[in-house]
Amino acid sequence: MSDQKSTIAYVRSEILEQQPAPRGQVGASKWVRENLFSGWFNTILTLVSLYLVFNLLQALVPWAFGGVWTADSLQDCRTILNERYGNTHHACWAVINERWNQIVYGTFFPSSEYWRTHVAFVLLILAILPVLFDALPRKMMWITVAYPFVMVWLIWGGSLWGPLSVAVGFGIAYFAASVAARYLGSGLTALVSVVAAFVWWMILGPIVVSALNDTVPLLALREIQSRELGGFVISVIIGVSGIALSLPLGIILALGRQSDLPLVKMICVGFIEFLRGVPLITLLFTASLLLNYFLPPDTEFDLTLRVIVMVTLFSSAYMAEVIRGGLAALPKGQYEAADALGLDYWKAQRLVIMPQALKISIPGIVNTFIGLFKDTTLVFFIGIFDMLAAAQAIRANSAWNGITWELYIFIGLIFWVCCFSMSRYSQWLERKLRTDHR
Amino acid sequence: MTTLTDIPQSQGFRLSQLIYDTRYRSITIQVIVFIAFMLVGWILVRNVTINLANLGKEIDFTFLRNPSNYDIQQTLIEYDSTSSNFRAAMVGLLNTLLVAFLGCILATLVGVTAGVLRLSKNWLVAKIMTVYVETFRNIPVVIWIIATMAVLSETLPQPSAFRGETPSASMWLWDTVAVTNRGTYIPMPVWGAGSVFVIVTFLLSLLAIWSFGKWAQRRFEATGQILPTAWIKLAIFIAPTLLVYMALGAPITFDSPALKGFNFQGGIQLSNSMIALWLALSIYTGAFIAEIVRAGILAVSKGQTEAAFALGLRPSRTMNLVILPQALRVIIPPLISQFLNLTKNSSLALAVGYQDLRATLGGTTMNNTGRELECMLLMMLIYLIVSLIISSGMNVYNKSMKLKER
Repeated sequence: MSDQKSTIAYVRSEILEQQPAPRGQVGASKWVRENLFSGWFNTILTLVSLYLVFNLLQALVPWAFGGVWTADSLQDCRTILNERYGNTHHACWAVINERWNQIVYGTFFPSSEYWRTHVAFVLLILAILPVLFDALPRKMMWITVAYPFVMVWLIWGGSLWGPLSVAVGFGIAYFAASVAARYLGSGLTALVSVVAAFVWWMILGPIVVSALNDTVPLLALREIQSRELGGFVISVIIGVSGIALSLPLGIILALGRQSDLPLVKMICVGFIEFLRGVPLITLLFTASLLLNYFLPPDTEFDLTLRVIVMVTLFSSAYMAEVIRGGLAALPKGQYEAADALGLDYWKAQRLVIMPQALKISIPGIVNTFIGLFKDTTLVFFIGIFDMLAAAQAIRANSAWNGITWELYIFIGLIFWVCCFSMSRYSQWLERKLRTDHR
Repeated sequence: MTTLTDIPQSQGFRLSQLIYDTRYRSITIQVIVFIAFMLVGWILVRNVTINLANLGKEIDFTFLRNPSNYDIQQTLIEYDSTSSNFRAAMVGLLNTLLVAFLGCILATLVGVTAGVLRLSKNWLVAKIMTVYVETFRNIPVVIWIIATMAVLSETLPQPSAFRGETPSASMWLWDTVAVTNRGTYIPMPVWGAGSVFVIVTFLLSLLAIWSFGKWAQRRFEATGQILPTAWIKLAIFIAPTLLVYMALGAPITFDSPALKGFNFQGGIQLSNSMIALWLALSIYTGAFIAEIVRAGILAVSKGQTEAAFALGLRPSRTMNLVILPQALRVIIPPLISQFLNLTKNSSLALAVGYQDLRATLGGTTMNNTGRELECMLLMMLIYLIVSLIISSGMNVYNKSMKLKER
């Protein structure tokens, strides 16, 4: 157009060096600005939370880390604190050190037999590992299979013949089933194997065991009564047994609730809704107070066993609901495909439905496990000497009268570690089993 | 090619069909299940009768009519030790329901706040909420209840701390609420003459708010005009009640607690056991609700938010009109079960000595009368009924929120 160049004084002919981004837009300061101070509201939130966290830590950290770890009594501990700091505003962790045995094994567990709980605990870990991680050698599963029997023998003592005979019963059931399957249908086979096992357990087994015990007591350990068990050990026993038993029972209940047979469905629904409708504590009281009414006269039924049964029943009802959710979430096509392949009910469940339904319900199942493990604390109320009862006894003891926080923090921490690792494992498993592409 | 050769000839019914024919097998199984069920039931009933006969007892509920002979610390209805055991159970039930109701409200508030804050863009706040959720979810509620009780009884001031020239503790909210280690004292309303009218007016104004909301909604749907409903509702909420209250010369007064002797007198005393139970249950359940809320909000796909923004909705309206209604559908069913859990967990009042249903009917009454069977059965029945009522009530709400499909 017209002559304009005279108005432009200077034109840059080469490109400028690239400048670094402004300070506020990179690195830590960008992160701080975006994540902590992105607006007036966020700034206020950040400042308030910083203030709260700072106050909390200021109170807690010196208290916890300046604590005393060795002392014989609260008096002793306070003297040490007074010498060290001139005040007693610090923790007396010494109580955990001094009462370790009471918290972990309970008050009445004979100290000469502590090694048995240690062996049982190590074996427990070895037995659980192959279940949790399928990269481990499958041969380790034998430990898992043998564990329940070994655990009973290690904890309650006596000779190995008793648990062995129970195991033999399972073997007989398996043998009877494999023989009967050649001649009979699946329903009758199950019946035969159950009857065979019961004949062994109820009639033949006890005779053989008592005869063997009289002649060669195999690896007889000192017998320990259930009321001698306590502390962390009893929580683990109840928790692990409940977890191991409630999953299969929950699956059966869930299948029963989904069943086409109206009577089976009705019974399962009634059972589940009843157990979910009442608090666990009433069931535990029932176990400790009422069960004698429902059993034949003059039968003795171990309290720990009653509690395990009740806890298992209670969480199996929740488990059933979780699994029912998984079953309902499966597309109908999966059921139809299994039918189209000609699989019968149990094969379809085992090969097609359950693997998928259980995978969907992993988070719920693990949550139920966590709930069950936390609920083991309730046994304290029916007179089982678990960690809470130990804490109460320690607080009532003259040496440690007046101690509160250290004990409950420690017990809480134990539960926290167990439950948190369970939930982390379930998240890991969920990620590992995820097959959809997202 | 194959032809239809073996058309089954009708051979009449054979016994083996009961097992191998799918038409009959279900009946067989059910008959067996029924017989087994009846057998187990019969054995249990028989054992109970034999055991009761051995003990010289009978199933007998008349003890419910006898005087209870014990006191209850906190009673919502008229009760003393000469009242019947039944009344004691009802007092306990009301205490259970009270703590469950208050707990559900506080747990929802805590949970929703924590759940939303956990999704906050503010890193620090999100982390704090994660720590809160993970800490409380993974430690048994019994420990929380005991710990809260210990906090209340060890850190709060004694009533004597309020006394003297320079008291080391002071009352809250303009000297009307006293928080002590023996309990919290709050003002008690005193119903003077004419207070009925104030209450009636208040209830009527609630009704008016509800019908106004309906009317405003209809008007909005018909004409598209939006009224400032929130302000009008607030006005209806406050104005008529206040006017009647003024006009009648302030019939409702408050009796504030005051320090007399060694303790506070007057007002309503909320025992520390109740407050500890309430706080512990709410904060514990709140952690679960936070996870539910978070999952619910995350379940609404991002496209919904983007679509709402594309329509030009402001962020607050996007939340209220688009995200929340969809998230609620995911949130409500698990929320119901959390409410149920809270109600059932209130039976852990045992740990702090709050006298709920379990402490009255399943505790003192049971021990005094020695009627374990009747008391436990009755208690389970009551808990079951409460659970069923809560879940069915919430299910009705759930249905009304559900996606209406063809």
